[in-house]
Amino acid sequence: MKEIVVISGKGGTGKTSLVASFAALAEKKVLADCDVDAADLHLVLNPKIGYREDFSGGKKAKIITEECIECGKCEEACRFEAIYYPDSENEIPCVNTIFCEGCGVCVRVCPVEAISFDDAVNGEWYISSTHYGPMVHARLGMAEGNSGKLVTIVRNKAREIAEKENLDFIIVDGSPGIGCPVIASIAGADLVLVVTEPTLSGQHDLLRASELAAHFRIPTVICINKWDLNPDIAKQIEAEAKERGIKDVGRIRYDTAITKAQIMRTSVVEYTGGAVSEDIKQVWRNTIYALG
Amino acid sequence: MKLAIASGKGGTGKTTIATNLTATLADMGKTVQLLDCDVEEPNCHIFLKPRLESSTIITTPLPEVDEEKCTGCGICAEVCEYGAIAVVKGKVLIFPELCHGCGACEMFCPEDAITEIGREVGIVEEGRADGFRFIHGLLKIGELMSPAVIHAVKVAGGESEIVIIDSPPGTSCPVIEAVKGTDFVVLVTEPTPFGLNDLQLAVGMGRVLGIPFAVAINRSDVGNNDVKEYCQREKIDVILEIPDDRKIAEAYSRGEMIISAVPNYRELLETCWERIIDIHQNWES
Repeated sequence: MKEIVVISGKGGTGKTSLVASFAALAEKKVLADCDVDAADLHLVLNPKIGYREDFSGGKKAKIITEECIECGKCEEACRFEAIYYPDSENEIPCVNTIFCEGCGVCVRVCPVEAISFDDAVNGEWYISSTHYGPMVHARLGMAEGNSGKLVTIVRNKAREIAEKENLDFIIVDGSPGIGCPVIASIAGADLVLVVTEPTLSGQHDLLRASELAAHFRIPTVICINKWDLNPDIAKQIEAEAKERGIKDVGRIRYDTAITKAQIMRTSVVEYTGGAVSEDIKQVWRNTIYALG
Repeated sequence: MKLAIASGKGGTGKTTIATNLTATLADMGKTVQLLDCDVEEPNCHIFLKPRLESSTIITTPLPEVDEEKCTGCGICAEVCEYGAIAVVKGKVLIFPELCHGCGACEMFCPEDAITEIGREVGIVEEGRADGFRFIHGLLKIGELMSPAVIHAVKVAGGESEIVIIDSPPGTSCPVIEAVKGTDFVVLVTEPTPFGLNDLQLAVGMGRVLGIPFAVAINRSDVGNNDVKEYCQREKIDVILEIPDDRKIAEAYSRGEMIISAVPNYRELLETCWERIIDIHQNWES
């Protein structure tokens, strides 16, 4: 069983569209949408939710107004500016749950035990069936943190399913950037595929994303989407990748069919038999080859 | 006026709007600064080509144990909610990547054996672009704590008549850090199912934070009408529509400003700014 994670550095380069096509092309696989703070894969794969569970990213502090003696120690100790005074009439503080990082310092410094500290529910994760196979996905609550922990749950569940059902591939849709959720998505994976575009921004972000993968010693390949938008930069990116020992698994041409497929809620390779689908199929074949 | 340019979905055109709007405002004679808070993948410098004048290392607090004072009592591990400290056979082990720098271990160590040292998580660079101050942050590769670097960029920014913030994509902690404390948020999207879904998440975030916001639709003629219908239903103003244009895409790919490649965009952005001011003034929470 092999786990492939699709990331991009820069957002909007076509990760999810590519993963949806891989879902249609790969046999014996489980899909995992690890872009938990802006999950989109479900819009194409139309999952039927079979199991759901609450996600708690940690605890949150809450001030018990009746017990508070207005000493101000909690506000002084909080490093996240999460304690404020909503009422100008008195000094009873309140916790801003968006800024609260659940460190518990306020709970411990409160001399009268006036702060409760319970697991906060800040998301949900699902095991679903799709006509492409099983899928694990999640929803992070509005303005919530700790996406890395939720990503790890999604990946672990996908792995359990792959092991139980003896599947060949875990295909992971990652998030943009190089921070917490991306690190949680790629750590320990068999292969990272970085999807980029032939723009200076795409090039810049690809380099940082591939440095991140190298930092965690994960084999990395790249693919240039919409390569014909700027063939010169596409060539430059490929040359740079080669210099860094990163294999290139192919180019995908610019085609409005990619947007149209999304609107029809289907994968590109199912939507059109055109040249762009051939490009994607080639990318998938090369990706499997790169997995060894 | 502190204005954040954000989006749920990545690659919708935040950086394009942030850089071109800032340059347009500077040309109008306004005192403006641009803060690139997408510290994981900052791109504004590619378009603005600023002269960078200074660079500051950003650190977060990390505990360090004085082994002579430490008795191995384990209280530091007990009070750490992030699992960043373990005490094994009387010896304290620290996992720096998991530390949030809350200070609990230092505060509650009964032997006073913990001090905090600075751990490098990124850098902030400051300089000048054509007619305005420019600041951006770069998260160190392999680090998790982008909010710390974003916070540092915003602190470096200080006060100015207008501050434009280019936010990272998404709706979780890094975005909250970039957007909090701003007066207005422009949510950039695309008229596609992904664009709509992620816009809905971003609108939810705007509402939770209680910050006035409006929507900009990029590549406005490529998909379907669902984004506009959604905005109408929710009574959200659409303040800017940029049609799909190969000239824009190509200029973008070369790192060129849209207002230079397609000059009539200047006027569009001026109108967009007027609308932001207007909506902000009349906003009822």
